[in-house]
Amino acid sequence: MKTLTKFAAAVVLSLVAGAASAQQVKVGIAAEAYPPFASPDASGNWEGWEVEFIGAICKAAAMDCVITPVAWDGIIPSLTSGQIDVIMASMSITEERMQAIDFSDKYYNTPTGVAAAKGSGITATPEGLAGKIIGVQGSTIHEVYVQKYFAAGAAEVKVYATQDEANQDLAAGRIDATQADSITLDAFLNSDAGKACCESAGNVADDKEVLGLGVGAGLRKGEEDLKAKINKAIADIRADGTYDAITAKYFTSSIYGD
Amino acid sequence: MADGSALSASLDLLAYSPPGWGANLLRGLGNTVLIALGAYGVGMFLGTLGAFGKLYGGPLMRDLLGLYTTMVRAIPELVLILILYFAVTDLVNQALLAMGYDRIQISGVAAGIMVLGVVQGAYATEVLRGAIQSVPAGQIEAARAMGMSPLLVARRITLPLMLPAAIPGMANLWMIVTKDTALLAVVGFNELVQESRQAAGTTKAFFTFFMAAGVLFLCMSLVSNQIFARIEAWANKGNKRGGI
Amino acid sequence: MSFADSIRAQMPLRRWVMAAIGIGIIAYCALALNWSWLQTPKYQGMILEGVWNTIWILVVTMVLGFILAIPIGFVQAAGPWYLARPAQAFCTVIRGTPLLLQLWLLYYGLGSLFPMYPWIRESDLWPILRQAWPYAVLALTLSVAGYEGEVMRGAFKGVPQGQLEAARAFGMSRWGVFRRIWLPQAVARVLPTIGGETVLQMKSTPLVATITVIDIYAVASRVRQDTFIIYEPLLLLALVYLIIAGVIVALFAWFESRLPKRIA
Repeated sequence: MKTLTKFAAAVVLSLVAGAASAQQVKVGIAAEAYPPFASPDASGNWEGWEVEFIGAICKAAAMDCVITPVAWDGIIPSLTSGQIDVIMASMSITEERMQAIDFSDKYYNTPTGVAAAKGSGITATPEGLAGKIIGVQGSTIHEVYVQKYFAAGAAEVKVYATQDEANQDLAAGRIDATQADSITLDAFLNSDAGKACCESAGNVADDKEVLGLGVGAGLRKGEEDLKAKINKAIADIRADGTYDAITAKYFTSSIYGD
Repeated sequence: MADGSALSASLDLLAYSPPGWGANLLRGLGNTVLIALGAYGVGMFLGTLGAFGKLYGGPLMRDLLGLYTTMVRAIPELVLILILYFAVTDLVNQALLAMGYDRIQISGVAAGIMVLGVVQGAYATEVLRGAIQSVPAGQIEAARAMGMSPLLVARRITLPLMLPAAIPGMANLWMIVTKDTALLAVVGFNELVQESRQAAGTTKAFFTFFMAAGVLFLCMSLVSNQIFARIEAWANKGNKRGGI
Repeated sequence: MSFADSIRAQMPLRRWVMAAIGIGIIAYCALALNWSWLQTPKYQGMILEGVWNTIWILVVTMVLGFILAIPIGFVQAAGPWYLARPAQAFCTVIRGTPLLLQLWLLYYGLGSLFPMYPWIRESDLWPILRQAWPYAVLALTLSVAGYEGEVMRGAFKGVPQGQLEAARAFGMSRWGVFRRIWLPQAVARVLPTIGGETVLQMKSTPLVATITVIDIYAVASRVRQDTFIIYEPLLLLALVYLIIAGVIVALFAWFESRLPKRIA
């Protein structure tokens, strides 16, 4: 009965969903807001640097893209199970993830920072965070980093589904510090809520093995055509100035990294 | 304390047109209702099959259905959603690839309907089974003896007679499915809870938006209660035989 | 009936076949899937801690929620309107909104108010308010209170008036009637449903993982994230919940078998 049910469900689904046309590429972004890279606005549209970047890539590669928000926590399974075709969700290229999926070339690379309560004197080092409660977004390189370097000395590591929720608990005083991408943290620290409560505690020491080689587009293994297309599009928009034009809209300096 | 200005700031955030987030919440509500209706329909369908299977099916069918309802009723919906969401789409796509077809892309709404529908089906099986059993066997036998076909018996005798017994349970299932749609927020569907969470995250007004979503859910449940009360009154019409 | 007969009655051929298929599936899962992470002491410790958290949260919230449900049900059944109405409204709100939303409203919603009222952080309660589990326990307790309060209302109403009048006629005090007659009979009426309610409550516990409480669901998510193994942690999770549900059902069946069945 259960297989019958599943079969019936599959039939119904194929009716509902229909086979996607061959050219359409489903670009998965995280359903959780990640400003200033991707966040929904009050009219329900996604905006941010990465959203514009995706638009530019799809245009350069002449792909018909559909932006599909997926829970960050399940974004890799969504890719491997075929609900999306590409991940472009500020996902860092790491060895660990490369065992599960493939990556394009990097398209941005920014330092990793720590934000802490104002006047707490916390620094982004194992000593500075000793005995503190650290909040971090789950399934991220930051979680791996915190577990590797800070967890042993910290009072507690709290894992959140979204960085917004970690920021919120930092403002509420439930956690002492949170580690995230420095640009995302800056966006929070420059907001009214962020200014009122918190300040930057500096950037963490780099560890390429954990923090990776920058952010790339995640792909299913073996999809070499799509990978080549995206790599070429990244190179093209960097060469023709589109990339810098988008960056200038959001940031004062380059985020491509070296 | 600036409660007055805090209140008006909250109301501004909930305004229908941007910069208010009201339209997003209503769109979320629309998705919630859509997924709930779809899942309820799928659940009714599976439940009807399941109930007839459990009552009139062979022993093997009954055991398998027992397994289905037990599993669904013992494993948290959240876990079932993750398993069904990832595993079923994966299996479907692998099967399609193996047969030489392209992957299908299963839309979020469709996947949500399927997942919650399978969960609902297990509960609906039990509700409908109980309701069918409440129909006196003599009535059905009499209809058969009159020469009615099984389908006609189902339509003219079993269905109308079981409705009064089934409606309270079905109303309860509707309440459950509307609330269960909230769980889809965890896999990133843009239903009401997820929309309010996104709005809350962006504006930092967590309290305002979760309250607003709660009020919308409450309205939905109050309206549903009214509707089901009417349906129940309608189904019980002509049922005033006193003493039974 | 001999033991062998009862086995034969319980286990006809098709059930043996089903059991064999089941064992086959389990064997396939055990051998073909990747369970290497289960051997890591780190994850073993986390799994035990997660199961323990799930269980204590379940037990504590069921007990507290049921204790709360008694007055909530009673005032609706027999209280004055100024107590009955709020109790009724409470049940409507709890039953009419998703638990996930209630949980987030309590945790993130209240949390977003903290910065506005600095004295909260200076109070003695802060070390507790700062953690996540009190909110999880509160939300789940209120949920039980709301659903069971409705059930208790019916149970209190269902106790025959004659019994209460007879007790009064014996000269029992109002409190005595409540404590010795009304409450025990109402509780006896809902006892058979509590096993099922406990299973339902268990199914709600994984929601606490979304507010950073580390229950077994959170542990499975962690494994999923760390190792990029998708299905195995979910299967383990399903198995753990199946076992807990089985234990709950068995416990209540045993408990019920020890109760006298004199209540009509």
